[in-house]
Formats: sequence, structure tokens, C-alpha cells
Amino acid sequence: MIHLQNIRKVFNAGKPNEFVAIQGVDLTIEVHRATALRGPSGSGKTTLLSILGCLSRPTSGRIMLEDREITSLPERFLTEIRRGTFGFMFQQFNLIKGITALENVMLPAYPNGENYAVLKKRAMDLLGLLNLSGKALVKVEWLSGGEAQRVAIARALINNPAIIIADEPTAHLDTRLSGEFMEIMRQFKKEGKTILIASHDPMVHESNAIDRIVDMRDGKVMAAGDAP
Amino acid sequence: MGVINKQRNILDFTLSSLGRRKGKNLALVVVYTFVIFLLASVMFFAHSIKKEASLILQGAPEMTVQKLVAGRQDLIPTRYVDTIRRIRGVQSVAPRLWGYYLDALSGVNFTLMANADLKDRPGEIVIGNGVSWRSGTGKGKQSIRKNDIIPFKTYDGSVLTLKVKGILPFASELVTADLILVSEADFRKIFSIPNDLTTDLVLQVGNPRELSTIAAKIKQMHPDTRQILREEILRTYDAVFDWRGGLIIVVLSCVFFSFIILAWDKATGLSGDEKREIGILKAIGWETSDILLMKFWEGAALSLSAFFMGIFLAYLHIFLGSFILFEPALKGWSVLYPHFRLTPSINAYQIATLFFLTVIPYTVATIVPSWRSATIDPDAVMRM
Repeated sequence: MIHLQNIRKVFNAGKPNEFVAIQGVDLTIEVHRATALRGPSGSGKTTLLSILGCLSRPTSGRIMLEDREITSLPERFLTEIRRGTFGFMFQQFNLIKGITALENVMLPAYPNGENYAVLKKRAMDLLGLLNLSGKALVKVEWLSGGEAQRVAIARALINNPAIIIADEPTAHLDTRLSGEFMEIMRQFKKEGKTILIASHDPMVHESNAIDRIVDMRDGKVMAAGDAP
Repeated sequence: MGVINKQRNILDFTLSSLGRRKGKNLALVVVYTFVIFLLASVMFFAHSIKKEASLILQGAPEMTVQKLVAGRQDLIPTRYVDTIRRIRGVQSVAPRLWGYYLDALSGVNFTLMANADLKDRPGEIVIGNGVSWRSGTGKGKQSIRKNDIIPFKTYDGSVLTLKVKGILPFASELVTADLILVSEADFRKIFSIPNDLTTDLVLQVGNPRELSTIAAKIKQMHPDTRQILREEILRTYDAVFDWRGGLIIVVLSCVFFSFIILAWDKATGLSGDEKREIGILKAIGWETSDILLMKFWEGAALSLSAFFMGIFLAYLHIFLGSFILFEPALKGWSVLYPHFRLTPSINAYQIATLFFLTVIPYTVATIVPSWRSATIDPDAVMRM
């Protein structure tokens, strides 16, 4: 469970271009469920997602992960939590070009100091699970949009995270691929993972994989409730 | 074990990353290698030739006594031999006859020296390898062989013909390239030197610690002489070759500074792609220290490869390739440049200096800009 308490995030504080991205958000993310953050561009979805995933710190407020407060942990500890607890999928996939799909998948686990052979096997298993075994040694720039998306999913799962965070995951996918992606998320939820997606794509909110929807606007939570 | 695996995994990724920017990295390695090659070549050459010269001088007399007239060297009377021999501690004193002879035909200055082995064989000479190759008309061809005859124009205007009875071995060429050994009688004939005069005197001394005392006694006994110690010649050789090496280094420093500018530009200017990559790595769980480690390996891999390649090429150039690039600048006192191979001799201190002046600054230069990028907030990647 992640519990946010009166979270505020201000960019360029004290400067003429000061911008309040999140203002006074209280939110609880329940485990083993899929939550979607819904709202127009600039509503604060991505900022809230990055705070939830320990990618950034709030300007004020408290974040509790399970029973542990993580708001003011030093970067090193925050990185460890991020690496071990969260798996990230980004809007642009953010794969590293010039290296193979397999290497991209293995990247988040390199700092763990795992045995290379063990790590490689796990990455290959994940690629196999996502029907990408044949593309493991292909450089990522040669992959189609759907394949790149699945490589990004495999990368998010390499450290076996409890929580999967996805920011606009279907923004660059067609209807069929978006449907496939939501089906994969449903499978992960079934396996006990917590899913957190920020999206304004109706295909995401209307998917039966989503359990809960949080509506956002102007950096505030307008409504939060179970998906219909 | 985890720490080693972590280093290995990050190194693996670094090496595959290097391959992604082939053009940039290859250009850098080529220029870097060239700079190391030039600097290491000068260092290897200067060190080896000094060592070679000092080895050769080990066999030289411990002290040479010359007569001075108005501050310039003049012929010394042979009677000085007897008075110097009487000084306690002097083992032997021998007169030496040597000088320079300009061969009008080839335009080359030869070193002529009277040799005791030829004392009873007037009319015969032994010549250095350089003399046999370069004198006469056919440059580049061995024009003078054993039993050939060389004409010498004497100082009284007549011509003296001497027969070549031997050619000095190749191994001693550094000092014997332009040398011609003649009998004492022929030497005196060529230069019109009376029998009671000689070029200088050479001394062997029993105890090297007495050298300066003996030199002072000779000076007192014959105030018109100067005493040259072997150690002084060694010091002069060192100074000369250090000076020549230094001169080359000064010239090369232009190349070196150009390289620094290039390396600084290439190493420090992180491209947009590289910055984006650092952002992604941070977002997926890499710490700032992991990224710095990766950049460290990147800089170290590049500069170490260039360093070792440069050292290897310099070794080939100096010790197997006869230092073809520096030959005219670093070697040779006279018109005849000896052709010889230096005995490989490397000074670990110099290699370490070169390492600390090239590899370390380059590696640091690659880390600094990465550190700046690596400290960005990982959420920046969410907005890319």
C-alpha cells in the first residue's frame, strides 16, 4: 500500500516561473489492484506518478510505503527502493538505442550485482513470456512499436517489482496493441502485482483490467472510485 | 562477489556502449594513440641512447689531459707523460693521437685515430661501417671494401694512400661510424705532427676517489693543461640528449595541446542522446555512482587502449624501426648518421609519468560532465 498525505509539488519555487503541479493530494494506492490516473494534459498525472514511484520528492507532504515513511530518504536509499519495488514504463518507451532488446531488459538489474548468466536467463524468460524470444538479439531501433513496448514491459519486470508504473503506455499504440497491453496488465494483476497507470486514453479506463480510477485536474484529485 | 558482478555487468554495458559511437570513439583513439606514440618515442629514444652512450663510455679512460693555448686545445708535449706517471695513484698514462679529416671527395668529416695495434703496420687502416658506406661516390652502396685503397691529402700537400685492412663491427656503430684507425706514423704524416707532440693523454687511476686529487696535482704540475673526467663526459651526454629530447617535446607539445582540446571537446561535450541515456538509467534504478562508474570505465577503456597501443607502436618505432621519424633531430654529431638499432631500455618512471599525464586527466575529464548530468532528477526522463 502506498499512502500519500497532503502532497504538494512546486516547480521553480520562489522564481517568477513558479508552478504548482500538485496541490494537497491525499491518496491511497491499494495493493494487487490496478489504478488508473485520469485527467487532461497538465492535470498533474505524470508528476503524481513520479512521486509515487520515488522518481522525485514532493515539496511537502508525506509518502508511506507499506509502514515505512520514505519522503525524506537520501537518494541512494530511494534509488534502491525504486529499483526493487517499482517497474517503470514510459510514454516514449525510453529504450536505449544501439544495444539489443536483451541488454535493454537486463539494464535495471546491472547495479544489483547479480550473476550475468542468471540475469540473462531471467531476461530471456521474460522476453519469451512476451513472445519476443526471436527478437532478443535485435537492436531496439529495428523493432516495431508493439515489440518495443513489450521490451519496455520486460525491462520493467526484470527486478520482479511489486508495483508496475506506466505513464501513457498506449499513447503510441494502435487499438489492437493497446488491447494487448491491457491484457498483459490484467495477467500481471492476476499474478499479484499492483498496477498504476496514468493515461487519458479511454481504452485504458474502460478496460476490465482497471479496478479503480482517480480523476485529476489542476493538480488536485477530483474523484477516486472503483471502475464501473 | 556481488561487487565484482556489478563491476563486470557495468563494464559489459560500457564496452557495448562504446561500439555505438564508433566514429567518435575511433577518431579519439587514433589521435590519442598518435600522441602517446610520439611522446613515448622521444622518451624511449632519449633514455636508450643515453644508456647506450654511458655503456660505451664505461670503457673510456677515466681521465683525459689536454693542453690549452689561449683557451683552446693544442697539441700536448709527450714529455708530460713521464712527469704525470710519477704522481702517486696513477696506474698508466698513454699519449693519444686523434683528429678530424675532411674528405674533399665526399665532403664528409672523418675521425682519424692512431691505433696501437697498427703501430708496426704503417700503410694500413681499419674503417668504421659508416665510412665504408658513405665515402667515395656511390652513396648507399658499400663502395669501400677490405683491401681497397683510400688516398689522404696530407698537410704538407702530398698524397698518402692507405689500404683498408678491416671494417669495424656494426654493433659499435654509434661511436665508430665515422672512425678511421691508422698507425701512429701515418697519422703524424697526414697532419704533420712532430714526434714530441700528441693530441692528448689518457690516464687510468687505481682508486676512482683519487681522481679529483690527481687532476689537481696535474693542474699544479702543468698549469697549461685541463683535465676531463669520464663522469663529466657522461654528464655532458646526458645534458645533450636531454636537451635534444626536450626540444622535440616542446615541438610535440603543440600536438599534445591540440589533442587536449580535441579530447576535452569529445569527452566533455555530452550529446543530447548521452544525456537522455543517463536520464533513462537513473529512472530505471541506476544510482549516480553507477553512472559515474560506467563513465569511468568508458574513459579508462578508451585511454588505456590508446596508451598501450601508443607505447607498443613507439617501442616498434624506436627499437625495431630505427626511429625513422626522429633520426635527424635526435642523433648524430657529424655528417655521417650511424645506422644502428638501440638496445631496448625502458624507464618505468617515464612510463608512469606519461600515464599520469594522459590517462588520468582524460578519465577524469570524461567523468566530470557525466557527474553533472548524473545528478539530474530521475523524473526528468518522464518529460522527455
